[in-house]
Amino acid sequence: MAAESHSMDVLGQFALKPVLGSVGAAVQFTQSNAMMLAAAAVTLGLLYFGMRPRALVPGRLQAAAEMGYSFIHDMCVEQVGEEGKRYFPFVFAVFFFVLMGNLLGLIPGMFTFTSHIAVTFALALTVWVVTTVVALKIHGLHFFSYFFPAGVPIVLAPLIVVIEVISYLSRPVSLAVRLFANMVAGHVMFELFASFVVMLAAALGVVGGVLALGPLAINVALVGFELLVCFLQAYVFAILTCIYLHDAVHLH
Amino acid sequence: MSDKQVSPDPAPETSLFEERLRAARQKQGLDPVPKDGAQAGRDASAMGLGLRVGVELVAALVVALLIGWALDRWLNTRPVFLAVFALLGGVAGMINVWRVVKPPP
Repeated sequence: MAAESHSMDVLGQFALKPVLGSVGAAVQFTQSNAMMLAAAAVTLGLLYFGMRPRALVPGRLQAAAEMGYSFIHDMCVEQVGEEGKRYFPFVFAVFFFVLMGNLLGLIPGMFTFTSHIAVTFALALTVWVVTTVVALKIHGLHFFSYFFPAGVPIVLAPLIVVIEVISYLSRPVSLAVRLFANMVAGHVMFELFASFVVMLAAALGVVGGVLALGPLAINVALVGFELLVCFLQAYVFAILTCIYLHDAVHLH
Repeated sequence: MSDKQVSPDPAPETSLFEERLRAARQKQGLDPVPKDGAQAGRDASAMGLGLRVGVELVAALVVALLIGWALDRWLNTRPVFLAVFALLGGVAGMINVWRVVKPPP
């Protein structure tokens, strides 16, 4: 009975709602778009305000900005090689956009735009198109030898080429689904355990209130876990971008 | 060092000494334990790796099925291409997974 009044709607949190009143509604400006702008603003703010002191011994904000910079810089050089520096801005932008999207979504009341497959797929497709264009620009039509590894008997060509093409086409799909699924799963779990707290307290009174401490504790632990997932998924997205760029630059 | 057995040439002796030195240094914590960091990182993100492998496997299959379905629709050959591409997609998924888990060269 009480459960019916508190029926769970764990996916309702992902619904898009227009913001900024009638103007926002007219141009379909949703909270997702607002959060994207916020993510970009936070990233730029971190870099601008972090680097403003230009101290020899960095403060906390400057250290964060410098670490973010050198982290991605090292990742590019390590994964792609010296040529990787050329793609540093792209990888940096992708990493921080995803990271800030994940992190800002953890703040209660905020929206996680990386929990929409439309967003993650658009990001993944951008990465995929950029890497393909880079490969075509560097290697020209020789790029298509990527789909037929050296040393394979020519008889197997029809099979190998098709399989390699499928494998190549599946890159944006796996990239997008991984990020999207991680973020959705995390936020569904948040809402699930949070609604357990409410349902227990409402159904069983004082006893339920005591019992509700269990799911509440799980939720607290989940926040820590989700922080890890936020960084990990942004890292995975960025490092896969680097690996794909490596393939594009070196063709294996 | 015991003199009970004389080694035929100095090379094994040297390598034995190097080995013992390494073991001793490791015991004292002077050398970083090889591959320990990588191993710890791998364990910490074991769930991440598992999820990644699963997604890779399914993604290739989904893409292949889409291609097969579209080819069938275009050429009116249902279900020939769908069946063929389901197999090819499974293979491509396996290759994707291998590329994720294969030891770095």
